[in-house]
Amino acid sequence: MNRGLNRILLSTMGVVFAALWALPFIYSVWTAFHDEKYSANFQLGAPWTFENFIEAWQSAPFSLYFANTMILITIVLVANLILCTLVAYAFVRYKFRWAGFLFALIMVQLLISPEILIVENYLTLSRVGLTDTIIGIALPYLTSAFGIFLLRQTFLTVPKSLDEAAQIEGAGAWRVLWNVYVPLAWPVYLAYSLVSISFHWNNFLWPLIVTNSPEVRPLTVGLSVFATVDSGVEWSLVNAATLMTTAPLIIAFIIFQRQFVANFMRAGIK
Amino acid sequence: MTKLKSYATLLGATALTLTGAASVSAADLEFYFPVGVNAPAVETIQALTDEWAAANPQHTVKAVYAGNYEETTTKALTAANAGQPPQVAVLLSIDLFTLIEEDVILPISDIANSEEDKEWISGFYPAFMSDAQFEGKTYAIPFQRSTPVYYYNKDAFREAGLDPEAPPKTWDEMIEVGKALTVKDDNGNVTRWGTRIPTLGLGGAWLFGGLVVSKGDVLTTETGIEARMDTPATLASLEFLLRLAEEEVMAPGGITWGDTPKAFLEGQTASMWTSTGNLAFIEENAEFDWGVGFLPGGDGPGAPIGGGNFYVFQDTTEEEREAALDFIKFMTSPESAAKWSIATGYVAPRPDTWETPEMKAYAERLPQALVALDQLAYAEREFATFQRAKVTQYLVDAIESVVTGNAEPAEALAKAQEGADKILSEYK
Amino acid sequence: MNNRLSIRLAVIMLVIPCSLLVAFTHYPAIQALINSFWNNSSSRRPSRFSGIENYQALMEDDRLAQILINSTIYALGTIPLAIGLSIGMALLVNSRLPGTTLMRLSFFMPTMLPMIAVANIWLFFYAPGIGLASQILEVFGMPSINFLGRTDTALASMMFVAVWKEAGLFMIFYLAALQSVPTNLKDAAKLEGASALRVFWDVVMPLLRPTTIFVAVNALINAFRLVDHVIVMTEGGPNNSSALLLYYIYEVTFRQRDFAYGATLTVLMVCLLGLLAIVQYWVLNRKAHYQ
Repeated sequence: MNRGLNRILLSTMGVVFAALWALPFIYSVWTAFHDEKYSANFQLGAPWTFENFIEAWQSAPFSLYFANTMILITIVLVANLILCTLVAYAFVRYKFRWAGFLFALIMVQLLISPEILIVENYLTLSRVGLTDTIIGIALPYLTSAFGIFLLRQTFLTVPKSLDEAAQIEGAGAWRVLWNVYVPLAWPVYLAYSLVSISFHWNNFLWPLIVTNSPEVRPLTVGLSVFATVDSGVEWSLVNAATLMTTAPLIIAFIIFQRQFVANFMRAGIK
Repeated sequence: MTKLKSYATLLGATALTLTGAASVSAADLEFYFPVGVNAPAVETIQALTDEWAAANPQHTVKAVYAGNYEETTTKALTAANAGQPPQVAVLLSIDLFTLIEEDVILPISDIANSEEDKEWISGFYPAFMSDAQFEGKTYAIPFQRSTPVYYYNKDAFREAGLDPEAPPKTWDEMIEVGKALTVKDDNGNVTRWGTRIPTLGLGGAWLFGGLVVSKGDVLTTETGIEARMDTPATLASLEFLLRLAEEEVMAPGGITWGDTPKAFLEGQTASMWTSTGNLAFIEENAEFDWGVGFLPGGDGPGAPIGGGNFYVFQDTTEEEREAALDFIKFMTSPESAAKWSIATGYVAPRPDTWETPEMKAYAERLPQALVALDQLAYAEREFATFQRAKVTQYLVDAIESVVTGNAEPAEALAKAQEGADKILSEYK
Repeated sequence: MNNRLSIRLAVIMLVIPCSLLVAFTHYPAIQALINSFWNNSSSRRPSRFSGIENYQALMEDDRLAQILINSTIYALGTIPLAIGLSIGMALLVNSRLPGTTLMRLSFFMPTMLPMIAVANIWLFFYAPGIGLASQILEVFGMPSINFLGRTDTALASMMFVAVWKEAGLFMIFYLAALQSVPTNLKDAAKLEGASALRVFWDVVMPLLRPTTIFVAVNALINAFRLVDHVIVMTEGGPNNSSALLLYYIYEVTFRQRDFAYGATLTVLMVCLLGLLAIVQYWVLNRKAHYQ
């Protein structure tokens, strides 16, 4: 009896806590669907409207921003998958001097990420004339220390016997990589992809300083440009724009909740 | 034979002349513009640009929406440093010294040097031209200028037994009126403040400039190397802000620019000090009777001016400059300026704009729009010096530290002056 | 594996990918150091060697002193709070109580949002008088608090925003760890008559140590790396009370266009992070030693 009561109490507390936790977000969503005058006066029965979304969509080139973000995350992801695989493979399968030193050097990026060095990285980009381009935004992230770390851990778990067996069959380094290592690391690739997409969709500071034109601006920067105006802020509009820019990730998350969570967990455990 | 030859020569000569003529006057213009208001600004600019392009088919013009003011300046500077500047751009009037120091713009008075042009230049409001000039030359042409005004809730005035057609004119009146307007609930918490003056960030610094002007001083001069931060006027202004909080007319602590209009609309404050650019927003959303007045002043009316001007860049050809000048003339013409002003709430830069039928109708419909115009007579330039961002930060720090109760006005201003002088000493 | 690496393979597999990484991590760090000894160039004069002038300015910079204090408080505040909350959330979600799927959704959702969206949401929430926080306070008869307009609440408000965003992510890591706790260990403890609390404290917590270390490192990196909310919500104000180091670097370099001082601040930041890494390494090694 006591245990039952405990459970109910705990469950209620948990739900209340979760509700409070989600409150800012829920209210923001609610405001996006209602007229501006309700944004500071919550009224349960207020009429719903799509006006804010339409107006926000028309006030700034959000479709362009969407496209830019998609291009950006694709470039980064593809480059990451290829380059990190190569490096991890090299570390796992080959013995060479300075392997330890090189690995430590790479792991520095985990702590000193490209954003920390925005000043110099921006200067580097402007020297090669890649400021205000999408490839410029992607460049510092093409090789990811986190990706190398994850993949190396994963490749280490591949049984040597499989590798040796493939070699006996006459497979060269590339064949072995493609036929033995990559398939076995598949779940990790998936996990890493989710982490990478989520990170780069949401990245703000670096794209902010690299881009100046709407043509290459990703969603996060577009949203901030939209929300900072000299005249007063229209909250329902800003909230609508916020929701629009985050909706794809949110929807994807709700549908693939279980996989998302499982994959983030996997990325963490390893 | 001779006939063919002469025919060919004629054809050749015609072709040469035509192409020659086309290349002499044809120009490709790139025009950067910022948007700083919640308004259909991008479409309006695009429409105006297209209108000019249609009337001038030998040129092409590409209007590039570059974000807010800060981004547009960065973009223009970056492009100029890379050797590919826009030919013309609308940038903050206070960026004048930065642009001059980086050596990317040229004086418009150098291009517009005919008698006609000089007359055209003199047709702008002098208040707007004051911050476009440096060392005797005109570097910029006003386009989207604004000035803050005092918005007040007439219904609230009536409730408090005040005359809704008599907004306060002086600081003392502001406090008196404010006290009557402040409403508290049963718990003793204020549900409506008398007034709301943004004090945080650059918005706060802008309004602060108005306070200083109303005490008979200015924050900076047209030399660009002088910052007058520690003066009796600035001291009096800070003390006024503190008094407003002490007398419970205004909320204590820092007040942001961004949500002030909303607070006014929600009845959280009976009056507010904000840009005339918010007129359209207030008109659309106010559910009460409202009016606009001059900013209440210390010794008399006073206000700062803000907004953006047209600049023409260096690294451009003769034809491009001519075309740019023509474009600017069109954009600041009465008809175009009327469209722009009505769409955004910015103050039109030339007196003759108000003669157009559109503006006359607008003024009739919204007489509040005329207040900013009348206030121009008492307005001064916004804070601008070389190394503007760095120097302004000292002022912002001083204001913020005082209104949040972390420093005394006198010491905060002295510190700000010290910092500013150190930076500007390099330029003297 | 004992295969030897041929030059050709080395170039493809190591040199090309790693040079990209080095170009944007190690090279800029060294460049920053070099640039910190020069002053700014403008179109009228090229930059000149200025020795330790920039570092002198660094020492005399009052704002920087305030900012370093802010950054320290920020890190020391957000890390334990995020860890504590996320462990609690993980325990809640891991228990077989009704409603845990919804709870998990609610806790993890902020992680999916970009920080800039989070900043807008909380800016709206914190707005004095008109935001949701004030509306709620009004219901309870309390005056509205000017969260972002007071120097004593601005930094704490920022910290809470950061924790709100990252606690959900850490919860996931703890969930993974909790689910891999062998049940026989817990059962054995329960057989011995230990209460739920004791089971947790003596059996589960030690097993969570590796996760806690991982989470703490992540939180530390984020505390320095993520300043989007400062840019959007307070711009470091009021009066620099919510400014963080990376935000200051951004403001100095890109708003005030002072690249030389920005490089100097970058050097400071890299040294700080390096120091933290060494301290962390030393602490972890010592702890491992005593295991």
